[in-house]
Amino acid sequence: MSMSTLAVTIERSAGGQTTFKVPAHDNQTVLDVVSWVQQNADPTLSYRFACRVGMCGSCAMMVNGVPRWTCRTHISKVLEGNAVTIGPLRNLPIIKDLAVDMDPFFDKWVAAEGVHHGALTRNDPIADIDESSAARVTANAGIECINCSVCYAACDTVTGNDAYLGPAALQRAWTLLNDAKDEGRVAILDAVSGVGGCHNCHSMGSCTHLCPNDLDPMTAIAGLKRETAKTVWKRGR
Amino acid sequence: MKAVINRAHPLWLAHVLHRLSGLALALFLPLHFWVLSLALTDPARLDGFLALTDQTVVKLAEYGLVFLLAVHMFGGLRVMAMEFLPWTAPQKTLAAMASALSFLIATLFFLQAL
Repeated sequence: MSMSTLAVTIERSAGGQTTFKVPAHDNQTVLDVVSWVQQNADPTLSYRFACRVGMCGSCAMMVNGVPRWTCRTHISKVLEGNAVTIGPLRNLPIIKDLAVDMDPFFDKWVAAEGVHHGALTRNDPIADIDESSAARVTANAGIECINCSVCYAACDTVTGNDAYLGPAALQRAWTLLNDAKDEGRVAILDAVSGVGGCHNCHSMGSCTHLCPNDLDPMTAIAGLKRETAKTVWKRGR
Repeated sequence: MKAVINRAHPLWLAHVLHRLSGLALALFLPLHFWVLSLALTDPARLDGFLALTDQTVVKLAEYGLVFLLAVHMFGGLRVMAMEFLPWTAPQKTLAAMASALSFLIATLFFLQAL
């Protein structure tokens, strides 16, 4: 097999793996390779993507055992020789082939109180936000999450503990906790200090290491650990 | 092995080192206390055991033990600093360097005293 052909091994839900010969190009993402297989070699291959530009967060897969956003991962960065292995995201139920069920990921997002807790109505004036305040800077650090679940798939604590809310959901909780417009402080701290909460985190840091948007869920979770601990020491909220 | 290579970034390696050193120390400590207890129950046997510690192999093992203790202690301090001090990354690097340096100096002093 020459270098102008890639050996692309794809893990299939029917069991086993299939290796495809895919023509190599100068500019080719992992998603391009998967799409080529589906369009030219095996139309039964299931996978998920939408925007192709790193905004929608739907195309994450395991690439050589590492979770990555496939639309923004150049194939040359991950090739081992001329081979690559692509599988469905870890820590989530497989629907078919490379498409996983994202429900547990989003259910935990909500379970961590990753929802807006508003106190104002549409008739109230829009609250002024000081963009330079420390809390706002902290909140801003986490708002570019695209829900791709790369951090969730990277987390060994999630693998070992089904109840663990995971890096993305906890980072969202931390963002809302620091958001002056969110009134859910008590609900959030309750949600993140439970059985599956922030204190499960072992600070292994794979979430932060692999986040495609360079976010830092590990530090966000450390913030939640501090806040929940402070709350306990204050005895009551 | 591939699973390790896939995760081999400093924070993960620090976590694994901390966890493995903890396990190794947990295995060592019962043995350690048992040997200490010989001072009360069977002094002659303790003396026999202490004679063993003059061997190079045992000295090397002791070096490993000190390494485990050091790595576990600083691993624990690292986790506490990382999680409970809202510091920035450069500050943490400086703190880690300061701890490592002070540990080095203390060890050198200790070796000199022997």
